[in-house]
Amino acid sequence: MPTYIARHPMTASRELGGEMIVIFARDSRLFTLNEVGGAIWKAADGTRPLDVIVTDVVDAEFDTAGTDAAADVAQFVDDLVQQGILVASEAPIPVALGVDQS
Amino acid sequence: MTAPTAVLPAVTVEIGGLPIRMHCADRAYLDDLARRFSGFTHASPDALLDLTLELIVPDAVDPDDEVRVQARDGWWSIERSDCSADVDVAARRGHIRQPASPYATDSVLRIIHTLLLAGRGGVLMHAASAIRHGKAHVFFGPSGAGKSTIVELAPDDATLLSDEISYVRREADTYVACGTPFTGELERVGANTSAPLAGLYRLVQGDSHRLEPMAPADAVRAVLECVLCFAVDPLVVTQIFEAVCDLVARVPVQTLTFRRDAGIWDRLE
Repeated sequence: MPTYIARHPMTASRELGGEMIVIFARDSRLFTLNEVGGAIWKAADGTRPLDVIVTDVVDAEFDTAGTDAAADVAQFVDDLVQQGILVASEAPIPVALGVDQS
Repeated sequence: MTAPTAVLPAVTVEIGGLPIRMHCADRAYLDDLARRFSGFTHASPDALLDLTLELIVPDAVDPDDEVRVQARDGWWSIERSDCSADVDVAARRGHIRQPASPYATDSVLRIIHTLLLAGRGGVLMHAASAIRHGKAHVFFGPSGAGKSTIVELAPDDATLLSDEISYVRREADTYVACGTPFTGELERVGANTSAPLAGLYRLVQGDSHRLEPMAPADAVRAVLECVLCFAVDPLVVTQIFEAVCDLVARVPVQTLTFRRDAGIWDRLE
């Protein structure tokens, strides 16, 4: 069963100096993701299965084909889901509104 | 019957170029505020916000009570055990219920300026700041890092902006630091002036003077730890996060290791 991932709507993020900084606005926790983690974060739009993200983003951008990247990505994703900043589902995840800017 | 706001006496306190007019039926209290915020008051008819101050005697005051701030549906709501405030942002009008203490008004103003700045890409920081040679420098760090010390070491040609709460405002793609009347342990009111922000410095006391650039992610984290945020509201948290990221991308953030002598100020030029 494919897994789809999406950034939690209550997160905001910024790429600075090659790192992705993420804040969970609900409790102000900060996370710093390296280059690979940042690429996965940007790809987490709820429309692509995780295995497609591994091949089209991680393998393609970081030349990891033939390595155990899928397992590493799955662990990384699981960690962020446990932290509450990524949402995972067996079906595509509709785009959710971000923090209410009204 | 309560007098309409328009006929209540008022004092306008302008910090960072943002004037807030406070109306109160108690003339003596307004005189206290004028003294408390001396140097930052004026009689201009223009105000960004009109606030009515209702002086109360709180039922119970919890010294450990944290302030709760919400920004929702165009309203700001502030709650603490001794005071509360509601501000209609679009109407530029609000109501504050507080004891007759300038410290309470001071607290509410800090919160309101935090919210005003967040929507304008600026921040209030637990930091000391000063101007020298036309440029502003902001020094931040945890308690005991040396914020008051760096201000005490400032040469005579430096102008203090604040020894406690520093005001960073965004102007297009640049930033300025502004003086504030919010005092710290030095109890010195800052000058009501501003200057382009030359740098942000995370203080570390040591046995020599050193400046070391911070990695952007580390700088964002360090600055956020010193920003007045009053937590809770996700919208405000996000606005402040974006403001700090923009600030770090445009203004140098460095670790400043210093020993207790005024020579450090020459290293900043």
